[in-house]
Amino acid sequence: MPTDDAVERERQGAGTPGTDVTKDGLRGVRPDREAVTGVTTGRPRGGRGRRRRGGETPQVPDATFTSYYAEPVINKPVWEAPDIPGYLFLGGLAGAASLLGAGAQRTGRRRLERSSKVGAVAAGFLSLVGLVHDLGRPQRFLNMLRVFKVTSPMSVGSWLLAGYIPVAGAAAASAVTGRAPRAGAAATVAAATLGPAVASYTAALISDTAVPAWHDGYREMPFVFVGSGATAAGGLGLLTAPVAETGPARALALAGTALELATFERMERRLGMVGEVYSQGRGGAYVRAGTLLSVAGVVGAVLGRRSRVASAVCGAAMLAASAATRWGVFHAGMQSADDPKYTVVPQRQRLEQGEPATGTSTTTRTPAATTAPSEAAEA
Amino acid sequence: MAPVDVTIGRRPDLTGALLGDTDPAAQGGWTDHPPRMGFFTDTSVCIGCKACEVACKEWNAIPEDGLVFTGMSMDNTQGLGADTWRHVAFVEQRKPLAVQDPGVLHEGVDVLALAPQGSGTSPDEAGTTPTTPGDPGDLRWLMASDVCKHCTHAACLDVCPTGSLFRTEFGTVVVQEDICNGCGYCIPACPYGVIDQRKDDGRAWKCTLCYDRLTVGQEPACAKNCPTDSIQFGPLDELRERAGARLASLHDGGVTDARLYGRDPHDGVGGDGAFFLLLDEPEVYGLPPDPVVTTRDLPAMWRRVGAAAATLVGAAVAAFVAGRRI
Ligand code: SF4
Ligand code: SF4
Repeated sequence: MPTDDAVERERQGAGTPGTDVTKDGLRGVRPDREAVTGVTTGRPRGGRGRRRRGGETPQVPDATFTSYYAEPVINKPVWEAPDIPGYLFLGGLAGAASLLGAGAQRTGRRRLERSSKVGAVAAGFLSLVGLVHDLGRPQRFLNMLRVFKVTSPMSVGSWLLAGYIPVAGAAAASAVTGRAPRAGAAATVAAATLGPAVASYTAALISDTAVPAWHDGYREMPFVFVGSGATAAGGLGLLTAPVAETGPARALALAGTALELATFERMERRLGMVGEVYSQGRGGAYVRAGTLLSVAGVVGAVLGRRSRVASAVCGAAMLAASAATRWGVFHAGMQSADDPKYTVVPQRQRLEQGEPATGTSTTTRTPAATTAPSEAAEA
Repeated sequence: MAPVDVTIGRRPDLTGALLGDTDPAAQGGWTDHPPRMGFFTDTSVCIGCKACEVACKEWNAIPEDGLVFTGMSMDNTQGLGADTWRHVAFVEQRKPLAVQDPGVLHEGVDVLALAPQGSGTSPDEAGTTPTTPGDPGDLRWLMASDVCKHCTHAACLDVCPTGSLFRTEFGTVVVQEDICNGCGYCIPACPYGVIDQRKDDGRAWKCTLCYDRLTVGQEPACAKNCPTDSIQFGPLDELRERAGARLASLHDGGVTDARLYGRDPHDGVGGDGAFFLLLDEPEVYGLPPDPVVTTRDLPAMWRRVGAAAATLVGAAVAAFVAGRRI
């Protein structure tokens, strides 16, 4: 509206700070001034980067919704990459590698045993480092062990890691040095017992938030995470052990990839509109990279199973795939926290269908409903 | 600040622990405690003066929260965060509202003719100002002072791994700054986007419902300073009753848009300790329309985690069985 601006400038006089009309166009225009709120401000989304899978009907149609000047409703996590996605990735790798190490010990695959056990303790430790480094007050990490709260997956996880890292370390030390085989075997059993928990609790950790893409995905997320962890541990085995010993590593990676891809697909489909963040933007790019790398890694590992080089390359691809998946889940969650659409639309839809989450709406519309039953009876 | 560590050594009574109407202070391990205190923010009388924002900052010595010009309505504060514990939302709407006509449009008034009278309004008319419902306008302003809801079931408190967040004897939720290690878990857990991390400090901060003032029998700074009593402080039971009466009187007066938000103890967070009277849908003010405490689903989450862990063990065993062949 150059005319209006010209009028405005005329009114304000020359040299007035604010909007200016110059020969290069408008200067200092504040586009947000035009923001309309309180009326339906839903913007049609999609277009760029949008990818909908195989013709299924989305649960939620492209909805219009209201927001407060498009400000997010929830506060976005302050967690940062690479700390937190790395923490998720390494925890999965560690937990699954402990299982692989224990199995390798039982079946006499010495090289696979050693590399898996060393990999497990290293990954477990680095996972903890990622968590501590992300703290606002890292020197206060030990406050995590002040209480044990089953309502806080981070508390459960801290205790788990505190128990897991020493036993995984003992198992690795014994496997590398060949000393204290009895204690080593006991530590191996302990690490293999805690391992599956270490690989899976992080799914509850991110789901137990108000971040729509994480919370709503809580049914499938643990399976995606253990699948991704198995892929990573298999990849580590393929990368580090000779081909004569890598059979189980290959099989584990195969199973892990299958589980991860199947449950991820299911999660995206079930989430409907909220699931779109897993195929959009940065999150979507990482998820796609993870899928490509894991499929390529598994196919290559099966075809090239007699080649040491092919196995190692495919193993590295699987590790990268698992990391990419975690980075993807991390960023997709951030995207869903950033846009009020993902918070408001599903909630509004619940209300419109007359199904508030707990059966009772948080909004009381009629005065009668606020009257206690006894008072109502008297009236 | 916490007189007891409520998480250790408490034998939890799990009824109502995750959902529904409950006495949060008792859930938190307090036996002999004062009544639950809270806020009722009646936005229908808010004039957007931001006295609450200022009083809160002053009393709690909160640092500056960013000097930005947003260009959106009159709100440069934007939202709650580590350094904003009260936030006054300004909503400009294209919605009709009965307007008051102060009768001060002066077209067609012959000032010279009025001059002998000595005043624009004749002395007998000056006692009253004509206030009549005018035509519906096409713009209205809604103002609302937002704050931490001090949820009955507070997700921030549930997920805090250090026990830094705790339940006070007044049923409110407070961060203990000497314990918080800045893990950041509470931040995305809050369904309302209240608590946040102070960047240069690393820890999480939010409204304490002026815990320090409450313990000496004072009302919180924001309520004390609110010139219109839009922010009312008191025992929650009393506030809920008062809010019900206010809603009824507004509906009787024809303001059928009025509604209460967070008053119902059976909603997704078990009712808010700080609840609101709104004049439009919650999302218009930036509030979630159907918030749920995320830990409601935590038992189901742990079950799925258990199943997934078992699946992983199964996959590993199968891998060694099949590993001989592939
Ligand atoms: S509103 Fe958010 S920060 Fe306040 S008590 Fe509830 S969950 Fe915690
Ligand atoms: S940031 Fe502080 S208050 Fe928040 S969950 Fe972590 S330790 Fe608790």
